[in-house]
Amino acid sequence: MRRPVDTGDPDRLYTVTGGRSRAEDSFDLVTLVVSEREPTAGMQSEHVRILELCRHPTALVEIAADLRLPITVVRILLGDLLATGSITARHPRAAPSVASLPESALLQEVLHGLRNL
Amino acid sequence: MGSATSELPSRRTPLPDAAETGLKIVVVGGFGVGKTTLVRSVSEIRPLNTEEVMTQAGVGVDEANGVASKTTTTVAFDFGRISLSERMVLYLFGAPGQERFWFLWDRLFSGTLGAVVLVDTRRVDDSWYAIDRLQDHNTPFVVAVNRFDEDPFRYSLDEIRQALALPGHVPLIDCDARVRSSGKDVLITLVDHLYELAMAQEMTP
Ligand SMILES: Nc1nc2c(ncn2[C@@H]2O[C@H](COP(=O)(O)OP(=O)(O)OP(=O)(O)O)[C@@H](O)[C@H]2O)c(=O)[nH]1
Ligand SMILES: [Mg+2]
Repeated sequence: MRRPVDTGDPDRLYTVTGGRSRAEDSFDLVTLVVSEREPTAGMQSEHVRILELCRHPTALVEIAADLRLPITVVRILLGDLLATGSITARHPRAAPSVASLPESALLQEVLHGLRNL
Repeated sequence: MGSATSELPSRRTPLPDAAETGLKIVVVGGFGVGKTTLVRSVSEIRPLNTEEVMTQAGVGVDEANGVASKTTTTVAFDFGRISLSERMVLYLFGAPGQERFWFLWDRLFSGTLGAVVLVDTRRVDDSWYAIDRLQDHNTPFVVAVNRFDEDPFRYSLDEIRQALALPGHVPLIDCDARVRSSGKDVLITLVDHLYELAMAQEMTP
């Protein structure tokens, strides 16, 4: 397996993102990402790793920590995958079961979860 | 997804497939106050570290070609995770409280449920900026005093409330960041507080 990308090297980051600097802003730190297909031959290695990691829902920050890439770079990579339908994104509180909840009911669920820890 | 077994970068338990909502709580405080310790004590995963590269438009604009100069800063922060239910997962972020990191805060705080300000009584001053900033942001928060054994002062909570000029409605509690049940109590105090604020708002016509 390849060495994790060295975040300290700007040239390397430039390669990973193809020189782009505009990140997909709709991805929150805790947006949960889910793969919709298997990696294919010839895919960029970072895309492959994201698709492998996101076989189960995985938050953007966890992807960034695992790939050892800055958040901004991961947003760009996720934007690529989203554009090709390779992933879906579950944004915070966008799920119908949560979006319809009043804030107090959501917080009650959080409290319940914390008390059961 | 498929059954292909390729090694994951780490052996963390993945979230359940039904997980659909990520929530955020931020822990802020001065240098060495115990943020990472608190995150670790309540997290179901070993705290992970990541970084944000912030590009800010610089002060001076290069008149010759009309391009604003930019400065790039990298800020590291750590985080932990608590699965609340099959559907909901809470992420806890430890963020440095110093003034020069304000731009990271603006990112981290957007959409956050609320914040915990960790205070070391030996360096109460370190918390002022964080508290000001949270009030400016209208981000609800609680203040937790992480008691270090080496603390020679043993100020009471009342004395600390005064020193911080903390309004009466902001919960202030003692904690030991190293102890899981204590960390859990801090989070419950915060979410209880948030719940009351939400109820009060929902009652207002
Ligand atoms: N005695 C005592 N030590 C503590 C307590 N909480 C943290 N420590 C210790 O204090 C040191 C700093 O704790 P950290 O959790 O790394 O603090 P931090 O706020 O994350 O520090 P930075 O990220 O460097 O700003 C560590 O050596 C901890 O073991 C506590 O409640 N009591
Ligand atoms: Mg720390």
